[in-house]
Amino acid sequence: MADPVVFAAEATPSSTAGITEQRPARWALMAVAFIFLGVFLLLPLMLVFMEAFKKGVGYYVSTLGERDTLSAIRLTLLVAAISVPLNVVFGVAMAWAIAKYEFKGKAFLTTLVDLPFSVSPVISGLVYVLLFGAQSLLGPWLKANGIEILFAVPGIVLATIFVTFPFVARELIPLMEAQGTRDEEAAISLGASGWQTFWYVTLPNVKWGLLYGVLLCNARAMGEFGAVSVVSGHIRGQTNTMPLHVEILYNDYNATGAFAVASLLAGLALVTLALKSLLEMRYGAEIAATRGH
Amino acid sequence: MSAAPARAGWRFRQPSVIPGFGLTLGLSLAYLTLIILIPLSGLAWRSASLGWPQFWAQATDSRTINALSLSFGTALAAAAVNVVFGTVVAWVLVRYRFPGKRVVDAMVDLPFALPTAVAGIALTTLYAPNGWIGSLLAPLDIKVAYTPLGIVVALIFIGLPFVVRTVQPVMEEIDREVEEAAATLGATRFQTITRVLFPGLAPAIVTGFALAFARGVGEYGSVIFIAGNLPNVSEIAPLLIIIRLEEYNYPAATAIAAVMLIISFAMLFVINMLQSWSRKRYG
Repeated sequence: MADPVVFAAEATPSSTAGITEQRPARWALMAVAFIFLGVFLLLPLMLVFMEAFKKGVGYYVSTLGERDTLSAIRLTLLVAAISVPLNVVFGVAMAWAIAKYEFKGKAFLTTLVDLPFSVSPVISGLVYVLLFGAQSLLGPWLKANGIEILFAVPGIVLATIFVTFPFVARELIPLMEAQGTRDEEAAISLGASGWQTFWYVTLPNVKWGLLYGVLLCNARAMGEFGAVSVVSGHIRGQTNTMPLHVEILYNDYNATGAFAVASLLAGLALVTLALKSLLEMRYGAEIAATRGH
Repeated sequence: MSAAPARAGWRFRQPSVIPGFGLTLGLSLAYLTLIILIPLSGLAWRSASLGWPQFWAQATDSRTINALSLSFGTALAAAAVNVVFGTVVAWVLVRYRFPGKRVVDAMVDLPFALPTAVAGIALTTLYAPNGWIGSLLAPLDIKVAYTPLGIVVALIFIGLPFVVRTVQPVMEEIDREVEEAAATLGATRFQTITRVLFPGLAPAIVTGFALAFARGVGEYGSVIFIAGNLPNVSEIAPLLIIIRLEEYNYPAATAIAAVMLIISFAMLFVINMLQSWSRKRYG
């Protein structure tokens, strides 16, 4: 107790003692933060897994093996497999256009990219119902030609794309803006074609940022609930994604089944978080522009 | 020092040797138009074609008003809670060292990564009268699940990372010398925090508040399980949109959506102004 400012877990040298809180205040702040995070984040997460295995491993496995559950898993994977690559291709194109050139209306375009984040997921679904529904302009024509968009896979994919497309573009735009155009100009002046410049210069520069964006995009694509719920029609075994299946099981008073499917999604979330932290830790500088969303 | 010829006049884009402008901008515009502009203008067109009297009648329907004020009110309350605790969490993460810090830091993003439906059923089970937390609160006569309070709890969960992740990077940038100077000049730690540090953090805190609030207003998945969904009491606006859609009452659904969008955009605009004002004032 010789030096009152020495604190076991505090690395701040004692010379900066005047610029940190007293020990009781420090402990109090840490306690508040930990209790808050524990109650609001950790408890719900733990509960998902505990409820999932409440009736034993056998029940858990048999729930996941049910036909409707398997078809929900398949549909979720299918939707992500279509919407994530599309968002990657167009997200990269968008970032290239916005970050590498100066043109009129750029700010407007950037705002447009962000738009889905400020729209309620339910409204994201609603706009497609208004566009393709039976009462819409396109509705009768679609019906006459036998094209199913709403209450079918195309509608789910469209709604998912709407909700998730900012992720890739938003990670890449600040990163590519920060990197400037010098590398590309050098490559071009040395005789590289546009595609060569992209594949051998730009893409390697942004690969970790791109992966980061894909990770977040995928997590949201597989977990989206509101938008998909509006356009899916909830047809069991056909248009139910995993999050929708969780809802159906839960409303059927099959809480353990709901939590079993939910535990898969929670597992996905944990893997996403782990990979995300790994990327931030190892390649922090290369995805620096992405911190803080 | 641009080498561009000094040709005066309007120019759509600055000259560049990098190829691909037409291709990438064309692709971007086509995609944005298809995915965003056409659907959203469909919504605008549908609400415009309702005509003002019908739109007004739908928007001022008492159940609609109640749902809208519930959505905005609970989002406001949750964002306010998150501003306080989110700032404390960010402070602890930036300033203190403790074992497992990386894990705690990663955990903050859980609400971004966890599908909302999963969060919804987990929180509901937790706060139900027989749940882990609900059973502790029951003797105190506090009901969380199936009440508006439950909605606030769900929105706190959803909004937390927005505040932490907006405030945290700004805190990391704080120059410690400023604090040293304040301390040397005789300021107490409390004065340093409130008069020196807080003004610099204010724009980030306001932004975090705005993001958490905007997300909370539109949130659906995590809320509907815990809300109870009693019309006029615990029925949020996004749910009412879905109910109207299921009744094939498209005019009502469109009107509620349009009102939500207009209010959200107006608030984001105000908050943007507020932010640039506070940035100018506190630099």
